[in-house]
Formats: sequence, C-alpha cells, structure tokens
Amino acid sequence: MDKKLIVSLSPHIHSGNTVKGAMYGVLIALIPALLTSLFFFGLGAFIVIVTAVLSCVLFEFLIQKFLLKQKTTICDGSAVLTGLLLAFNLPSNLPIWIIIIGSLVAIGIGKMSFGGLGNNIFNPALVGRVFLLISFPTAMTSWPLPGQWSSYLDATTGATPLALIAAGQEAGYSPMDMFFGSMNGSLGEVSAIALLLGFAYMLIRKIITWHIPVAIFVVAALMSLICGLNPIEQLFSGGLMLGAIFMATDYVSSPMNKRGMIIYGAFIGALTILIRKFGAYPEGMSFAILIMNAFTPLINTYVKPKRFGEVVKNG
Amino acid sequence: MNLILIALITLGVIGAIGAVILYLVAQKFYVYEDPRIAQVDEVLPQANCGGCGYPGCKGFADACVKATTLEGLNCPVGGAEVMAQVASVLGQEVVAADPKVAVVRCQGSCEVRPSTSQYDGAKSCAVAANTFSGETGCSFGCIGLGDCVVSCEFDAIHMNPVTGLPEVDDEKCTACGACVKACPKFIIELRKKGKSNRRIYVSCVNKDKGGVARKACTKACIACTKCQKECPFDAITIENNIAYIDNDKCKSCRKCEPVCPTGAIVALNFPPRKEKPVVNQAPKPVTPKPDVTPDGKPQAPAEPKAPETAAPAAEKPQTPEQPAKPETENTKDINETVKAETPKQPEAVQTSLFKEEEIGVSR
Amino acid sequence: MLKTFFLGGIHPAENKLSAQKKVETLDLPKQVIIPLGQHIGAPAQAVVKKGDKVKAGTLIAQASGFVSANIHSSVSGTVAKVDVIADSAGNLKPAVVIDVEGDEWEEAIDRSADLKKEITLDSKAIVDKVKECGIVGLGGATFPTHIKLMPPPNTKAEVIIINAVECEPYLTSDHQLMLEKADEILVGVKILMKSVNVNKAIIGIENNKPDAIKLMTEKAKDYPEITIQPLKVKYPQGGEKQLIDACISRQVASGALPISTGAVVQNVGTAFAVYEAVQKNKPLFERVVTVTGKAVAKPSNFLARVGTPMSVLIEAAGGIPEDTGKIISGGPMMGKAMPTVNTVVVKGCSGILLMKDFESRRKEMTDCIRCSKCVNVCPMGLTPSYLMRVCELSMWDKAETDRVMDCIECGSCSFTCPANRTLLDYIRLGKGKVGGIIRARAASTATK
Repeated sequence: MDKKLIVSLSPHIHSGNTVKGAMYGVLIALIPALLTSLFFFGLGAFIVIVTAVLSCVLFEFLIQKFLLKQKTTICDGSAVLTGLLLAFNLPSNLPIWIIIIGSLVAIGIGKMSFGGLGNNIFNPALVGRVFLLISFPTAMTSWPLPGQWSSYLDATTGATPLALIAAGQEAGYSPMDMFFGSMNGSLGEVSAIALLLGFAYMLIRKIITWHIPVAIFVVAALMSLICGLNPIEQLFSGGLMLGAIFMATDYVSSPMNKRGMIIYGAFIGALTILIRKFGAYPEGMSFAILIMNAFTPLINTYVKPKRFGEVVKNG
Repeated sequence: MNLILIALITLGVIGAIGAVILYLVAQKFYVYEDPRIAQVDEVLPQANCGGCGYPGCKGFADACVKATTLEGLNCPVGGAEVMAQVASVLGQEVVAADPKVAVVRCQGSCEVRPSTSQYDGAKSCAVAANTFSGETGCSFGCIGLGDCVVSCEFDAIHMNPVTGLPEVDDEKCTACGACVKACPKFIIELRKKGKSNRRIYVSCVNKDKGGVARKACTKACIACTKCQKECPFDAITIENNIAYIDNDKCKSCRKCEPVCPTGAIVALNFPPRKEKPVVNQAPKPVTPKPDVTPDGKPQAPAEPKAPETAAPAAEKPQTPEQPAKPETENTKDINETVKAETPKQPEAVQTSLFKEEEIGVSR
Repeated sequence: MLKTFFLGGIHPAENKLSAQKKVETLDLPKQVIIPLGQHIGAPAQAVVKKGDKVKAGTLIAQASGFVSANIHSSVSGTVAKVDVIADSAGNLKPAVVIDVEGDEWEEAIDRSADLKKEITLDSKAIVDKVKECGIVGLGGATFPTHIKLMPPPNTKAEVIIINAVECEPYLTSDHQLMLEKADEILVGVKILMKSVNVNKAIIGIENNKPDAIKLMTEKAKDYPEITIQPLKVKYPQGGEKQLIDACISRQVASGALPISTGAVVQNVGTAFAVYEAVQKNKPLFERVVTVTGKAVAKPSNFLARVGTPMSVLIEAAGGIPEDTGKIISGGPMMGKAMPTVNTVVVKGCSGILLMKDFESRRKEMTDCIRCSKCVNVCPMGLTPSYLMRVCELSMWDKAETDRVMDCIECGSCSFTCPANRTLLDYIRLGKGKVGGIIRARAASTATK
C-alpha cells in the first residue's frame, strides 16, 4: 500500500457534536417563544427581530472580515442567536436605529472585542440590551400592550406588571395571562409556557443541564417570599424566565461545572429579586446575569467539579 | 490676607504630615539593594531589549552582581566593550564573551526525507513526539510543527514553508536557549557564532545505523567516519552513529565538509563576508528553488531592510568560487539535483529567507 | 436499574461488526517479530541469539526488573536475528525475529482441549506460574499480572473483579472468547481467587452482550462464589476504577491503588490466559484479535500468535480496503494509530481497526466555547478544557494541582467536544511531563 496512513492520538472517533449544532439547537428551542411574540405583538415583533438578527450577523461579518481579518464564522449561528436574544429583550415598538446600535454594541463590544465566540466575558445580547436600557431608558421601558397586530411605532404602551408592583400596585394580570404571555413586556419574555417548552427541548437534546435555570427559579422564589413579594408573579414576569433559561445558560459566560452552575444560578436569582425590590429599575435580570458573568472566572477557579474518588466509601 | 495665611498654613501642615508619613514608610519598607546593581545598570546600554535573556537591563545588572563569574553573561547590544566595563565595576575578570547562536541540526526537508505517514493531531511538536516517531522514516529529525517558533521571544526563528524546517535569524537570535528546550527532538543546539558568522557543524541528529538513516533521509549522517579521519584537530567524535564537531576544538578549516558523502556537514558563511544576515540552511540549495520559481516571484524586491537587500547582491559573484564548488563535487554521486541547482543557490536561499510570507500565500 | 459507574461517561456507536464471528485460528506466518517490550515496565532481556532453535513456548527473553514480564517464542523455528525494530509508534525497540519452521511446541504444554477443573497448586505457586508464563493484563494496559496478584502487605484483597465489559466500540475479542471458552474462564477465575485468597468474584459484562451474560450465568451456577454482574452500557466502563465503582460501588481515591478498595481487577482474557498457564502449562504466546472496520470485507476474530505481522491478519480478513485512512491497534477510543502495516501483534493487542479515510480525519479545531460538555462526560471529574489550556501553556504546576495525573486517557472529552479541540492530546502530554516532575521530586527527596 503506497498510501500514507494517518496517525493521531486516540480517540479516533468523534461524537459529531459541533458548535453549530449547539447554536442551532438553542435557536430551535427559541421557536415557541418566537411564535408567541409574533402572535402577541405582530408586525412590531417581526420588524424588531428581523432587524436585530440581520444587523448582528452583518456586524459580525464586517468585523471579522475587515477589522480582525480572520475567517468569518457567521455560519455557526452564534450571531443569529445573539441577535434573536437581543430582540427578545427589546420592546416591540423600538425604532430600527436603536436596534442597530444595540446590535453593534452586542457584537462589537460584547463579543468581538474579546476575540469572538468563546472568549467573551459577558453575554453579548445582554451587553447590547443593558447599553440600550441605560442610553434610551424611555424607549426601552415603554412596552406596547399585546394584541396590536399591525402597529409598530404607534402601538399603545402600558406599564408592565413589574413596574406596577414596584410602584406598589397590583400586577394587573392574572397568573394565567402571565403564564401564556398575554401581557406587555419585551418580545420574548412574555410567554412562560413557550420558554419552558424551549427549556424542555434543550434538556432533552442535552444542550444545557438543568442546574442554572432551576437554581435561579428556586432562589428567586425563596427570595421573593423573604422580601414579601408574590413568587409566582416574580417568576413569570420581567424576563426572568427568558434570562434563566436562555441568557444565564449561555455557554461562554457561565461556569463550567455543576457546582459552579448552582452557585451562579443562586446568586442570579437572589440578585434579581434584590434589584427588583430595592433597585431603581423594576427589572433586574439583565443586571444580575451580567454581574454574575463577571464572577464566572472566579467561580471556575475556585469551584471544581465533583471528582472521582472524592468521597471514599471504603468498608 | 487672613484667608491666604490660613490656606498656606493648612497646606503646609498637610504637606508636612505627608512628608513625615512618606519618610516613615520609606524607612519601614526600605529594601537593601546592592549599590553595585545601580552602577552596573549605568554602564549598560539601557535598550531593555531582553537580548541577554533577562528582563531588561536592570535584571541583567542584578544577575551580573549576583553571579560569581561573568561567564555566560553577555550583553549582545553593548558587546565586549560594555562587558569590560561591567567587569571593572564588579572587579571581576573579563570573560571573553563567545557569542552563540541557535543552530538547527536537521536538513530533512520534504524532498530529502520522504514522509511515510501523515500526522493529524494537535499542532505541537511535543504532542506529535508523544504520539509516534514522526511522519518520516527518520525518528530523530525535525517534526516541523514549530514549537521552537512559539518559544522564541525574539522573533528569531521561523518555519520555512518550503522546506518545512525552522530557520534561525542570526541577527535576532540571542542564544537564550528557549528553542533548545522547546524542541522535543533535541535538534537545536547553541553553537559559537564564529568569526564572521562562519560555522561548520553536522546538521543531523539521526542515531540510526547508516543504512537505516540513509534510507530515511538522503542528508543523514551515516557515521562513515570519513570526516573524523579528515579532521586535523581531532574535533570530530562519532558516537551513537552520529558525528559531532566539537566547537572548542574546531578551527573552521572546512576539511570535513567536502568529504561528507551525504552532505550532512554544513559550512556556513564561507568565504568571509562582512555581513550576511542568515541562515544555517544556506548551503542547502535543494528544495526552495523549484517550488518558488514557477510562482514568478523568486526575487525579493519587497525587502524592507536596505542592508539585507544589499547582501545577496554581494553574494552572487562569490558563490561560484568557493562555497558552491566543493559541495557540488562531494554531492555529485549522491544527488544529481543538488548539483544541477547549486548555482542558483543565493537566489533560492534568499527567497526562502525574506519572501516567506509570499511563498506561503502562493502555495 | 442496571449498575454502572457514577460520574460522566459517553455512548459511542457500538459498531460491533465482528460479533458472533467464531474465533478462527490463523495460519502460521513465515516469520514472526517478537518485541521484547510488550508490557508496561522494563523490556525483557533476550536469552536467545541468532541461529538458536526455539519451539513454541520457549523462553526467549527474561523479565528484567520488578515490573517486567517474560517473553516466549510463539512459533517453532530458528532465531533470525535479535535487533532493534520499529514498534507500533515507529520507535526502534529490541525484538527477536524468528523464521517459522513447522509447529512444534514445548513438551510441557498440554495441548489437549480437555477442561481441567482441579486446581492443584497453592497460591504462591500460582503466582510463580503466572510470572513464569509471562502473563500480562490483556485488556490493553499490559500490566504484568503477577504483580497485581501480590497485593502490597498493608492491603487486603476482598474480591476479584473480572473485566468482561469490552466497552470499546468495534472490539469483540473478549465477547467471543466468553462464548467459546466459558468453562475455562470460570476455572481461570477460580485460580485467580485462590492466588489472592478471596472467596468472591464478580464478572462484569455490559448489557449489550446478552448471549454472553446468559451463557456465563448458566455456567457459573456450578460456582456459587462467582457472580455475573450485567452492567449498563456506558463508556469507559472497562476502566479499572470505573469498573470497581460499577461493580462494588467503591471509589478509588486519587493517587491510590485500586487494591485499596479491596478489589483486584483482571481482564477476562487474562483469566483465560491464567487458566492455560496454570492448568495447561502454556505460556502466553497467542491471543484473540478482532480485525474489523466498516470497509473490511470479513470482520473476524482470529486466534493469532504473538509477533504475527498485522498485514497477515488484515489479509485474512479480506485485505486492506481501498480507502483506508488509518489503522488502529486496539479500539477506536484508546487504541494507537499505526504509521505502517508492518507492525506485529503483541500481547496487549485486542483488535485491529481499519478506518476509512473520511472517518480518520479530525475536523478543524475552533476556540473553546466553554460548553462544559467535556466536564460532564469526564469519568474522573476533571475539567479537560482547563487542563488542555494549562498543558498547552506548559503550566505544569497548575496541571498537577488540577490532578492531571488522575486522567485515565479514556478520550471521552475529545470525543464529545463540539469545537473538535484536541483535549486529550495535550492532557496526555501534560501527564507525561507532570509524571516526570513528580518522579524527579520523589527522587530528590529520597536522596536528601
């Protein structure tokens, strides 16, 4: 045989897992939430989502091609995911130019300035979202009421349940409404059932583990009880579901082992409720996740996975 | 008036308190430092280039003061002059600095050393060496994945994309030894730079028996002992089927080079040239040429540095006289291609040196 | 619920193409090359020289040092040379080359097929016999068996665990051996039990071999002290520590020997070899080798003599397919890719796997996305992505504190990585370096 044999170290087979596969898996898990957002917010939702996704992909392409001069990786789906998650965190009546700014910040500052996928410290979509929240507080906190199919910038807005609670009033929506998503709020966060469907899908596909979301839910519920808030309302409103299932579990910016994930999730849950209760913003999820993103390297350094033989059960 | 007075007094008092605190802290945290470090530091060129292998001139001064002899310590920028000053400051003997340079002892390019398998693992020589003996029949030669390049802090060693072997830039190399440690095959050696960069060494580390080694690589040392018999200074030893030229005994007479039947002995930078910027692969004209000329960019006009562009020009007239001839003779029976292409040597060498980027692209 | 080990693990496609294929005895080759380093530890010292006549079973190399094993001729014939020859990694290692003439065995070997149940030797004599016959662990690690049968004085063996898991995809040699030599294996287990004075043995078999489980359970009815333990299919269950965890729910502490849990683990092939050595006086010079691969015409199990060139086995299985890209000695998860087909079958070679060209190439490596998949699958609870990073940067002290030495090199991390990172390549490098550092430190403290 004159052909040269290939030599490499074991293992010689691969599972076929790919980065692309994981990213598209998350995108598939987001489809129920996407559909509900289109159902409740119609045209506005469509415009916001399309703008955010397209501009994120475009910015990633431009930066990789012309600024970093590296191979473009827009096909791996991570930019699409960032765009979609960013859109899900925006109100449906946001002007296009604000969305584009948000995308630029998310991709340019949140992701590419650290060296691209895998190297960013913070969740890029949240970086974009928080930047917009601080820069355009009015636009970012006036959420259209659901059910206005054909309206975009002219949609009637109203205060969200969380804003009402923070102002000391009743939430104004029944738990059932909140569960199915018939309330005003950011695009993707309104329907708990759609998000939970996505969560189930990701668990079955083993894209994520249960640790972070469950830790967030449990601790957030406990904290809201301690703070005298209604845990059901807190869990189902204001992007906690979206944040816990899709944002906090972002591979790159969350801890690498199960112990670390539980600590991370618990702190996010607690911080969210604390910010909601005592902070100036009625909504605390984004800030809580970004704060804990910053602690992720620390958690990775000091919290090691459970090791084989750690508990010696001799005799 | 009163206001000014109050302001002055207040500021004055604050200043005084600050001064006292500073004084006390300075006393408390005073670290004794050998005053000679500062003195040595003063005579150094303050280029902070790190060429000596220490973090800046201060670090080098520190090392000089702590060392019992100045042997092995050398400031490549200041040279002998500065080292003499350092020695006088420290009251020590001037140790004649023997500038060294890293030398890659392998000529196993793709053509002389055909590959027998292909490696498909992590791009690291250390990992590859851990995996198996190498892609070729020679289990001692260069792997070519560039651990040495990564290890070099001075950008002095680069892979030649044509030969697949690392090449050392004499001017940038500070002989810090990082590449020597990085190479898992122990191919790189620090050798004396030699007068006018003239060096002669056995460019092979294959310890296999002659037949095996020769089969794996046409440029391998086959331990035929011809060079050993030829050497008038007893500088060549043969151990483990490999010849080695003792740096201290070698007088660079170059008698061994023509007798080597495989061309494993490499003589560099003969005949004398004032300044020639590179490389240990210089007398090995085989590979680069055919790969490069078809690209139509064999010349190196895009040369950034003026002196380096000048060098090849000076090189050409000399080549046929001395260095090419002996090699053509001795390699005749071994390798016809070598002979045929020898006259193109300077061009080829030069391309491989300076046009690395372009070659990489055009390939 | 079936038992399995606790942490991590993966489920690679099984591809047991050669299952249910009867073990065929391979024709003798013209020449065998018997390497002298077929085991972990020091290579054996040759005791024959060129021109010597040997028979199958003749001692040709003597164990040198504590961790070493005897080597016997696998054929009868004349010693052609004692020289250094390229091993499976291409490095030159000492070996004995024998030209085959006829098939004459040493007289002491009982070549009959009768089952000999009665164990006459005492425990010390068994260990000596095992040592004399050059038996090593046949699962692939090739650790000399007699050392495992002599537990350190402060430990006490409580149970023998027989590794019949065969968790590597493709390989079927142990499976087939069980189906054909069940009685002999059970006697071998009894011998092993006697050698370390325990009265309990567990044979762990993965659930993907129901026929073997059924047969062994039936045969084991005569031996009440031997339990057949079906195990849930999960790689790397055949790892010594994982198997102990799966069978008796005890975990070997980091840095400790498996014997600290009271378990002595032996491969099922080793049990058979021990039977042959003790009852039939036959040294270890042949073994069952699976030859398989998706493109192989006839995936088979062969009984091959040690030193048979792999090309002979591949030829017997239908030759090398056109698009073969990689030839692996062992299974796809832990086996070694070989640079040439000229290498030979050694004691630890459980299979030869021929992979197609497109299967053999690794995909392009991208940046780590910290998905923690490698952490989740690591059966030792390590953080492979971090270990790769520190090993890449030569930070050996960090690698040591993060227990790089605990790695069992099962390959689960590289297998599962979505970014195709070469995790195990670097971790293995780190293990080598850190191991060297630890040994050097031990040596320097010893001299102080």
